[in-house]
Amino acid sequence: MSKVKVANQIKETANSVRNKIQRKSKPTLSFPLRSLSNVTYHPKKGFLELKGKKKIRTLTVATVKTFAQTLRMMSQAKTLVEDDEIMTKREAYYVSKNWDDARFDEQPESDTVIDDIEGLFEVNREQLGFIPEEKGGEIAGKLIVIDRDSDGGKPLRIDCTKFGSGAYSIPSSVEHLKFETKAKFVLAIETAGMFQRLVKHNYWRKANCILISMGGVPTRACRRFIRRIADELKLPVYAFVDCDPYGMFNIYRTLKVGSGNAAHINRYFCVPNARFLGVTPQDIVNYKLPTHPLKDVDIKRAKDALKNDPFVQHYKPWQDAIKQLLDMGVRAEQQAFAVHNLNYVIEHYLPEKLAARKTFLP
Amino acid sequence: MAKVTKTRAKSKKKAPKKAAKKTVKKKRCVSIKTKSKVIKAATNAHEEAPGKESPRHSTAEDMALQQREISVAEFFTKNRHLLGFDNPRKALLTTIKEGVDNSLDACEEAGILPDVKVFIAPGTEEDRFRVTIEDNGPGILKTQIPMIFAKLLYGSKFHRLKMSRGQQGIGISAAGMYGQLTTGKPISITSKTSQNKPAHHYELEIDTKKNEPRIILDETIDWPVSRGTKVEIELEAKFQKGRQSVQEYLEQTAIANPHVSLEFATPDGEKQVFKRASKQLPVHTREIKPHPYGVELGVLIKMLHDTQARTLQSFLHSDFSRISSRVARMICEQAKVSERSRPSRIARQEADNLYKAINQTKIMNPQTDCLSPIGEELILAGLKKQIEADLYTAVTRPPSVYRGNPFQIEAGLAYGGSLPVEGLARVLRYANRVPLLYQQSACAMTRSVLNTAWRNYALQQSAGALPSGPLIIMVHMASVWVPFTSESKEAVAHYPEIIKEVRLALQECGRRLSLFIRRRRKAAESERKKAYIEQYIPHIAIALREMLELNERQEHTMVRQLTDVLQRSRS
Repeated sequence: MSKVKVANQIKETANSVRNKIQRKSKPTLSFPLRSLSNVTYHPKKGFLELKGKKKIRTLTVATVKTFAQTLRMMSQAKTLVEDDEIMTKREAYYVSKNWDDARFDEQPESDTVIDDIEGLFEVNREQLGFIPEEKGGEIAGKLIVIDRDSDGGKPLRIDCTKFGSGAYSIPSSVEHLKFETKAKFVLAIETAGMFQRLVKHNYWRKANCILISMGGVPTRACRRFIRRIADELKLPVYAFVDCDPYGMFNIYRTLKVGSGNAAHINRYFCVPNARFLGVTPQDIVNYKLPTHPLKDVDIKRAKDALKNDPFVQHYKPWQDAIKQLLDMGVRAEQQAFAVHNLNYVIEHYLPEKLAARKTFLP
Repeated sequence: MAKVTKTRAKSKKKAPKKAAKKTVKKKRCVSIKTKSKVIKAATNAHEEAPGKESPRHSTAEDMALQQREISVAEFFTKNRHLLGFDNPRKALLTTIKEGVDNSLDACEEAGILPDVKVFIAPGTEEDRFRVTIEDNGPGILKTQIPMIFAKLLYGSKFHRLKMSRGQQGIGISAAGMYGQLTTGKPISITSKTSQNKPAHHYELEIDTKKNEPRIILDETIDWPVSRGTKVEIELEAKFQKGRQSVQEYLEQTAIANPHVSLEFATPDGEKQVFKRASKQLPVHTREIKPHPYGVELGVLIKMLHDTQARTLQSFLHSDFSRISSRVARMICEQAKVSERSRPSRIARQEADNLYKAINQTKIMNPQTDCLSPIGEELILAGLKKQIEADLYTAVTRPPSVYRGNPFQIEAGLAYGGSLPVEGLARVLRYANRVPLLYQQSACAMTRSVLNTAWRNYALQQSAGALPSGPLIIMVHMASVWVPFTSESKEAVAHYPEIIKEVRLALQECGRRLSLFIRRRRKAAESERKKAYIEQYIPHIAIALREMLELNERQEHTMVRQLTDVLQRSRS
């Protein structure tokens, strides 16, 4: 969505509020409801989409403070868009300190309001000028990223094979990047530890791939980055995460179909063609991995996924995998392969799995 | 004993009219003396018992030699703690209470709006004070003065069921006697019955052996008032302020007696006036016959024996209140006793049936004209006069009966205002308009206050404690016979009927209080909301101005419109 369009949309909303006030009725703002109960999974589109349930915030005595804060934040967004400026969520929180009584006491309050505005206009917050604080993940392997020089806008070619034992960091905004590659697939890895091992032994050369460290749940920028590589370079994406409900549904599911909380922007921030390489519950059996018992939160999360997650409900193999995990009552980490040999994962596990890509979970 | 003194207090002022009653009273005295004698005898016997080694046992004749009459004055001298003279501080309060209550009774009896002055002046020695109580009452006849002020148990109302003040447990003569014992000074009385007559001035002592007045001084003086009585007593005492002080007593008296004007001067020369808030005198009360519900079997048998009625029906009708001939007949039928049978011939079994029948028959409550409640209006006037609060409320319950004695409970509340927000509520207890300052925790009224669930009425209350908050709770019991727990007459006994009536009165007050508190909270809440709205509306207008590039005038218009919209939605 272009900046002019965003600015106009903000103005339109402000006008509707004003008109209501002039007609002596209570102004309202309507936001999409941000929860798993308000999303559906469209296998064709490939991401979690809003069902369209709205929460309407009417200006009343109880809501007057949030209402005022939302409008002031909208005004701030309009200024950012018009001035082509950016602001982190933390900075937005500090700017609000000028608003006297309407200021935010804690950052989570201002974050919520920003998320609301994002939903209100169905854009991502980067388009409103609000950028996240979070870091986006790391890249190593056969990828050339074409960025722009921040001074003159001259193209900058960044070869991700040339970082030695380090890695290329995904910037917070990735829309302007271009890519070149000769790799055959993308391997998205949960932990920095496993990423380090693969980089150390130049696994990307051996397997002819791009390695990405997600560092837990992938950030929006990371998801967007992977999505663009996958779309523009036509590469398959494989996820390599821990075998527990967190790795499966918080990390992998979010990577593939987006989150329930920010469903209004999932269309940009998902990687529908991602596949689940491992670690699967069956891998625990096959590779005799050391395990830990499932914690209560794990069990709760798994049951919740079975019951409420539209993605899981759509895929029988996932339901079977969860049931298998719950029956086993254990979880295993991706670094558990070290029990056999430090480089067992490079020498045996990954090659064996990659040889049977048909068995990957959807 | 409690009874005796109470009676006395009232009777003194009226004594002039009824010299004849003296004999009756004397009989009473005698009965008490006899009692004391028995006690004394018992004590002697007890002393003798352990002396078994002693060769000589007392014979009935020896004992008879030691048995002699004890003067009531001697008895009170020894047992002054029973009468409220336990310590110098309480002695001062009791003396003043006695004097003031006598004055109020006399004035009300004579239909005069009471103006009472209480002065405490330093005495001849450090721990002595000279107390003066002066009223504008009807005065006392010269011949009656010595008897009233220097003879114990000179009263008239012991046998009558009639509401009277007289809570203090001792007549002014006991106060005079206490003064005489501790300082050796006589009691001084000045009284004048009308403008045209001279004032009489007496100085009197009690001959404690004979319980007879001894006249020290008797003169006629010029006293520049139209009428009234002035009593002066010098006594050993301790003057204190604060709780259970003379000042507290006067203040509480002023609350329950808004028709009274009180003037008070302390030994330090401080003066205080409790102004009159109403010109309405308490209604005159009537004497009543016992109500059947309160009569015990033994009493019933005695009454059956003593009555002059010829038939059972007429006995029931004439010797009790609230029994019509029809009701009397119903009782007789129920008891399966002929209504024509002679009362004196009723056998014990029949009396028992009669007693049960009485309690099974529905009988009207006793008539209320024997009671003189303060009334809701005057309670409010009294509270408003002495306490600065935001809410005043009062409830006068319909009369009820315990043990056949009619009584009436009144309650009042004062809330908020200048009352302390921290701490527990204060309870003011009254019996027949007289404040009760001691033994709060032993009193049925306090029990009722504690047992009332004040939390239902928007107050805080810890388990087993008084409610907390800026609250004064007033409870008044008016009765022809207030059942005190002891001779000291400081706490009302725990009759379930009394506790229940107090509770009902408090609950009614509580409902009004909670209405007030909730309304006030709602108003405060609404005020808070209004302020809250006004805090944030400008920001909505600022944001809209920024986004829509409005001018300041448009922004102000928006603020006004928004305020309208929200205020409307609030109400």
